[in-house]
Amino acid sequence: MARAVDNAVELDGALADPHVDGAVLDVRMPPSFTDEGLRAAIAVRERRPGFPVMVLSQYVEQLYARELLASGEGAVGYLLKDRVSDVRQFVDGVRRVLGGGTVLDPEVVAAVMARRRDEPLDRLTAREKEVLSLMAEGRSNASIGAALFVTEKAVAKHINSIFAKLDLPVDLEVNRRVQAVLAYLRL
Amino acid sequence: MSDLSAPPSAESARPGPLRLTAYAGEQVLWLVPLLLGLVLFVVGGVLAIIWVGIALVLGGLLVVRGIADRQRRIAGRVLGIDVPSPYRPAPPGGPLVRLWSMIGDPMTWRDLGWLLWAITAGWVISLLVVVLMVAVATLFFWWFGTPHLMAVRSRVDLTFLTYGATERLEQRVAALTRSRAEAVDHSAAELRRLERDLHDGTQARLVAVSMSLGMAEAQFEDDPEAARRTVSEAREATSAAIADLRSVVRGIHPPVLADRGLDGAVRALALDMAVPVEVSGGLSGRLPLPIESAVYFAVAECLANAAKHAGHEHAWVELGHRDGVLRVVVGDDGRGGADPDAGTGMRGVMRRLAAFDGTMAVSSPAGGPTVVTLEVPCALSDPHDSSSPRTTPSSAPA
Repeated sequence: MARAVDNAVELDGALADPHVDGAVLDVRMPPSFTDEGLRAAIAVRERRPGFPVMVLSQYVEQLYARELLASGEGAVGYLLKDRVSDVRQFVDGVRRVLGGGTVLDPEVVAAVMARRRDEPLDRLTAREKEVLSLMAEGRSNASIGAALFVTEKAVAKHINSIFAKLDLPVDLEVNRRVQAVLAYLRL
Repeated sequence: MSDLSAPPSAESARPGPLRLTAYAGEQVLWLVPLLLGLVLFVVGGVLAIIWVGIALVLGGLLVVRGIADRQRRIAGRVLGIDVPSPYRPAPPGGPLVRLWSMIGDPMTWRDLGWLLWAITAGWVISLLVVVLMVAVATLFFWWFGTPHLMAVRSRVDLTFLTYGATERLEQRVAALTRSRAEAVDHSAAELRRLERDLHDGTQARLVAVSMSLGMAEAQFEDDPEAARRTVSEAREATSAAIADLRSVVRGIHPPVLADRGLDGAVRALALDMAVPVEVSGGLSGRLPLPIESAVYFAVAECLANAAKHAGHEHAWVELGHRDGVLRVVVGDDGRGGADPDAGTGMRGVMRRLAAFDGTMAVSSPAGGPTVVTLEVPCALSDPHDSSSPRTTPSSAPA
């Protein structure tokens, strides 16, 4: 089921509809063209915890990513608008958010990883950091394997190693592991 | 510059007759150093062709300047107003440079005019106050007459020792002309930079996209597979062009600044820095848009400088707005020794802030910490009001 609205007032009405399963929002929308899309996303997740929201924007800010992630566990996405041009990957991202996953734009992840960090993250090898970045983008093991040209089994091994080095519990589900990693990154 | 119409700072703390007489006594005693200063100036002026003359003139002027500054404070206290020292700052260099700048300072000549008053009629008034008290029979006149006599003397002193309304306006016009020229230069330079960014980045990439698509069009018939690859390349080039455009937009006006104002934008900026930056304080409303943007880029420049040169572990930004003045402090615990005149970036920041009567002060002793204080007089609008306040021209003289 799909519905399109073009301003924040109608959006509030649409999001109040119990039959809506999730929302794809633009950060900027009428009437004030600032960040009401983001505010609406956070507000609806306050009223309906875990409500899946994918937020799109012409630019990404770590600050906004933090606020979105702080609005509850999982079922949240934050992507640059032009990622939509890769339709397959975008639809895949929306599905993952609807399924409770977390999808972050590679640019946000890169910005987070670029910050100088303390100890534990330095213990990771370069390859493990790559895997961690792709995990934060919300990719599955198969997708990470394809991106890095390694087998899924090798990816799983890297992930276990990352979890061990970051002192994270090993047996988390696919979606929750992203959450755990992001929480660890203090994003 | 002083503003003589300013309300008295502490009405109740006006000095009584006894304190006034002490001032008068001090003024009577100045006769000796003032005469000395005058003699030094005249003799030095005559001998100016040989070096010792220059030293004498400089010495004489400095003596007079010291006493004149003291008189500004006394007159300020007598009249209950605040009189700051109006001299131009001394330029770096030898005594000759110093003397030249003093001779070019109109206040120096006002000092000399005041000197003639202070050793004649002014001196007589002060002496009269002292005599009225010392001669016990006139105590009645002393008690009631002293405040009036000292007020008259102080008023005349200040007409010599502070700039008049016309001169203040002239100085203000000169400062405005300078800062306007700098603001125009700055925006012209910004436009050139934008033109370069768009020309070398976005435009070049769009040309590449267009070429790829043209090629794909030709390939469709013979080699659909190659055409598909070319289209996919074109799509990637489009993404790169968008990324370029995004960074250009960020350089003009960061979207987060439009969304969240200075407060949120500085917090977002702090998150993007490689080392931890702590943001404290905050603003309860929105600033006028041009000031918001100027201060944002000033803070960005300070943090970027710190990251480049300071070798610090930790930096901080403090935001606040009080008594109609926005004050932002950017500091880091790096090695210090930053020279604001050394880099074009910091000079650009100063010029941009000067257009709003804003100031930048840098304290950076060797060994750190470096602390940059930015101050801009401006109004703060209600956060619920969607329109931002206008930039109000400040009435403060330069």
